[in-house]
Order: sequence, then C-alpha cells, then structure tokens
Amino acid sequence: MKAPDFDYLRPATLDAALAMLAEHEGEAQPLAGGQSLMPMMNFRVAAPAALIDLCDLTELRGITRTGDTITLGAMTRYVEIERDPHLADMPLIAMALPHIAHDAVRNRGTIGGSLALADAAAEMPALMLALDATITATGPNGSRNIKADDFFIGYYETALDPVELITAVHIPAAQPNQRFGFHELTQRHGDYALAGVAIAQTDDTYRAAFFGIADKATRIPALEAALPDLDAAIKHLDDIDIEGDLKASASTRRRLAGVALKRALKGMTA
Amino acid sequence: MSKQIDITLTINGEAISATVPARLNLVDFLRHHQGLTGTHVGCEHGVCGACTLLVDGATTRGCLMLAAQAQGTEITTVEGLADSGRTAALQEAFTRRNALQCGFCTPGMLASAQTYIEGGGSADRQAIRDHISGNYCRCTGYQSIVDAIADVIEGRRA
Repeated sequence: MKAPDFDYLRPATLDAALAMLAEHEGEAQPLAGGQSLMPMMNFRVAAPAALIDLCDLTELRGITRTGDTITLGAMTRYVEIERDPHLADMPLIAMALPHIAHDAVRNRGTIGGSLALADAAAEMPALMLALDATITATGPNGSRNIKADDFFIGYYETALDPVELITAVHIPAAQPNQRFGFHELTQRHGDYALAGVAIAQTDDTYRAAFFGIADKATRIPALEAALPDLDAAIKHLDDIDIEGDLKASASTRRRLAGVALKRALKGMTA
Repeated sequence: MSKQIDITLTINGEAISATVPARLNLVDFLRHHQGLTGTHVGCEHGVCGACTLLVDGATTRGCLMLAAQAQGTEITTVEGLADSGRTAALQEAFTRRNALQCGFCTPGMLASAQTYIEGGGSADRQAIRDHISGNYCRCTGYQSIVDAIADVIEGRRA
C-alpha cells in the first residue's frame, strides 16, 4: 500500500526540529532513516500528520570517544558504525551489525531511529541493554540521560516524551575483563529475529538481553545470575511472558531463545 | 490536498527538477513521473528488494524513501547501470547462467550484486547468499544468481 497523506517538514537545526515537534503536539513523527517508519506508514499502522525529517541535523551524526565512553549521534547510520574505527571497541555491536536487515537498509537506518521505535524484535535495543548504555533525550527544556534499563517500556513504547528526540547514545568501550556474545534465529538472514540474545560478560557478571520473544528487549535477572550454567539459566526463560504470533508460537520462541543463548555463549569473544 | 515539495536531484547523470507530493515514494516518482520503469515495485515495505537502487552510490530501498528525501542526491537506476556499461559483465553472466526467468527481481538484484562486487565481496557462495538475502527471487532458487555473481568476481580477479 501507499502511506496516507502527511506533511513533510525538513528542519535545518535541532532547535527548529524540537519547535516543530512541540507545535504538532504528538501528531508529528520524527523521520530518521525511515527503514521501519516507512513500512509502518505504508501498512497504515502509523499515520502521522507530519514527518519531521532529521536528515539535515548533521550535529546528530558521527561517533566520538571521551575516556572510556563512546558516543554515537542519534542520526548515525548503521553503515557509518560499520566503517568507523571505534567499532573495534564495540565488539558486541560489531557481532550484531551483519544481522541487522540488509545492506540497503543499513545504508539508511539509524541507531536513534531504531531505539526510538523500540521494536521488540530489533537488535539495537537489546544491544543497549546488554552494554548498559545511556540514551540522551533532548526536549524543549534541555537534555536528560536515560539508562537503557529504564528506556524500553513495552511494544513500541519508550520513556521518551512526545516532544523529545534522542540526540545521542553513550556506550562503554569494551574492557579487557569483558567478553561478548550474540546470536539470533531468523527465517531468512537479515529478517527480524524469532528469538535472539546479546550478552556482555564482565568478570563473573552477565548481562543478557533477549529480543524477539517479549513485548520489548528483556533482561531476566535470575537467568543472568545462573550463568554460565546453561541448564540452570534456560529454566528462567519461564520467568517471563513469551509472546507468540503468526511466525512462531510462544513455545517455539521459548525454545529458540534457549538455542540462541547456548550458541551465543559458545561463540563468546576471547 | 497533499503538500507539494520542490526537489532537484540527479538521475542517471541528468539534472532533474520536480514538484512532488510529500507522500510520493522515490520508486513511484521514478516510474510514474520520470518514466524510468526499470526499477520494480514489489512489497512496498522493504522486504522483497525489487526496488533496490543506488542513492549517492549506496543501495537503497526505493519504496522506503520519499521522493522529497531525494533532494540533492544522485540516483542511479538499473537504466543508468546498464547504459553506462557498469553492469555489463554482470548482465552477461546473468544471461549465460540463466540467472533470471521472469525478470521481476533482476533490477534490484543487479544493484545489490554490483555494489557487492565493487566493494570487494568474496566469491564464497554463502557470503554471496547472505548478501543477496535482501532480494527475493521466486523463479531461480538463487543457485544460478549465485553462479553469475561468483563468475564475475572470479573472472575479474583471475
């Protein structure tokens, strides 16, 4: 289908974009890479009155490092992350990137767009949870930092206020005492995951974020505490509500989540 | 009444100015307003890959980008790829290997394959399959398409 009619706005600055967002009182949708929003509009699942295209906000693009924190501008595209020298210090992101859709989508899709949409089956929210990342949201009253653990609330629902934009994402650079693992199961390479997991291990502590199985990217504290004992950990997949849909039932997804966990642990970085 | 947007862009090397409705997809703009029907439209939600074309040299889904967003960009469609001779070797290999039957996926397949080859993509069959996994073909079973892409890569490196 084609998207229902809308207005197209193209602000030149962040302040102008925030003003437009406030003016439309939640009826306007920021347009980042559009690789998820455009399909939703074509399906008529989303029908914003206006799109505020953020493509000219060059201040929201690029990757910098301060101390042990790597900051990614919200409008940084996947392809730019793929080619950035800082990727060497984000091994978990490097493991996951080839699984995020296909090159044509990675050429336009952005990290901020994926996080703001918060698709339950997308990789980026789970990566942020596993890495204990911080998200900067900017609104009319300035900026605030939100921990990834507090950011994702439910299906396409985040802690972001309708008048705020994600402006940056802060990821701790990998340390020598850390190891990382990632695995997802899909119907076709690059599709949304039927089940997947991203793992960051720091000494004996694990952060394991699952995606594709619940209403949002999800950590299960008891499962993390049981690691690296796989059999004990997998039992805790029963602790959460796993959702089924046309592609896979809840029991299939639960089983696949266990398989993803096993394979992710097997393939941890050295 | 849809909002109209003025755009200027380059399509296959030619400078174009146009006024487009805000909701018009790039691929519909190319097909219906510019008469460039080489780029095909399949699913309209970014899954099938039929509308894959080049925006500033990078593969892009023509159905997931608005014509309005193409302001200032350089678009290359399958017509441009063919006319410039850029995909000549790939086209020849597709013909020799029977890498198409109905041809619906071919324009998108050529764009994806060409950037893969030019980017130094490996001739490893699994790597080729992973790369073209974003382009559906319902005729060939992909075998012959992988053959054609591998031929070009190996020929060029020989």
